[in-house]
Amino acid sequence: MSEQGAAEESTAVLVSEFLQRRQEQIAQRWADADLFRTVFTVSRDEAVEACKAVVDALSEAAAAGRVDDITAPGFRRVRDQLGRMAASRARTGASPGQIAGEVADLRQPVIALLRGEFPDPAGDQAQECVLALTRLTGTLRVVVMETALSAGEEVIARQREQLLEVATPVIKLWDGIVAVPLIGTLDSARSQVVMESLLNAIVAERARHAILDITGVPTVDSLVAQHLMKTVAAARLMGAECVVSGIRPAIAQTIVHLGIDLGTVVTRSSLADALAYALRRQGIVVASGPPVGVSLS
Amino acid sequence: MTEPRRGAHASRVPVPALGETLLITLQGELHDSMAEQLQQDITRRIAHSPVTGVVIDISGVDIVDSFLGRVLAEIASSARLMAARTVLAGMRPAVAITLVELGLTLPGLDTVLDVERALDRLGHGLSTDPPHPRRAHHADLL
Repeated sequence: MSEQGAAEESTAVLVSEFLQRRQEQIAQRWADADLFRTVFTVSRDEAVEACKAVVDALSEAAAAGRVDDITAPGFRRVRDQLGRMAASRARTGASPGQIAGEVADLRQPVIALLRGEFPDPAGDQAQECVLALTRLTGTLRVVVMETALSAGEEVIARQREQLLEVATPVIKLWDGIVAVPLIGTLDSARSQVVMESLLNAIVAERARHAILDITGVPTVDSLVAQHLMKTVAAARLMGAECVVSGIRPAIAQTIVHLGIDLGTVVTRSSLADALAYALRRQGIVVASGPPVGVSLS
Repeated sequence: MTEPRRGAHASRVPVPALGETLLITLQGELHDSMAEQLQQDITRRIAHSPVTGVVIDISGVDIVDSFLGRVLAEIASSARLMAARTVLAGMRPAVAITLVELGLTLPGLDTVLDVERALDRLGHGLSTDPPHPRRAHHADLL
């Protein structure tokens, strides 16, 4: 090992020992820092415990000489805890930048303690140690951000799947008439799910008419229109006639401005109109009779 | 219909008649030579007997490619030239999705859910369902 490497190593060991020795004081100071104070609102002891775990992690990473390595074994044990803390801060509305800032704020109290350890705070050894500790806290900041981001990605992926499952119910409106109320933006993944569940419902219900209600679709662009046309064409191949309903005035104007040709698709302004159309096409007559409960005699 | 796909098969698709309707059931894969034979058989039957409708049941077909799509469209067009209506019955959801993704929407073809509905559509209904009106053109829509 080179001389410089050896010197760095011994500095890291010094820092590690310092962290172990002063664990209690550091934890007490950190427990009052914004990051821990706002997450562990119930009891201060809990915050102190959490701080101690983080100090241990830092100490272990330093002892291993890996002050810059976010994959150091020491960090692995606190990753979960840090992730939960970051997630909890994010839920209360803190931006990633704010959270990173709060993690950075942890540095100052420890550095102050570290300087106090040396008889000559301006000496070379003291400077080396401060530098190593600064790097270590920098690494901690990266670990927190990385954990928070990957947790966020997992949540997004899971929610996307749930959305696909939840947002596309096929409803039987009448014998031989099914409807899909579309809510939210249609992308290719969702329109694929819509198409599949609609076609399966057509088989299961022996439907002759399928109504695609787009009342809940905020905007229609050429891509969404294309998805709609595909669904209509697939339903027709299965032997069902598709009606698109719920085209609001603004959407009708957009479709015309974009020059999208929905000429081959039957459209109605409301779901009720679409149902009336489908009933009429099936030869079903809905007549108004006397109200229920009123005697005829 | 040039070179045979996966070897020419000698077998034929049977073309049974139910009154004035031909009822053809396709199963599995349709080879080039079979498709050509089927087209000939159908047109010959329409020419020589009083056939007014052709029902093609594809509920037993799980893969439809552009080739089969074209064959079906050709059968329908040649039948129409001889004054017979073709109805395609029983397409599976997966097949419908594939065809749409391929851009083959078979615009000239009449499609229904199953053979029973196909017979209804052609007016030879055996069921108690009221006959379904012909697929509407724009003028007849509400």
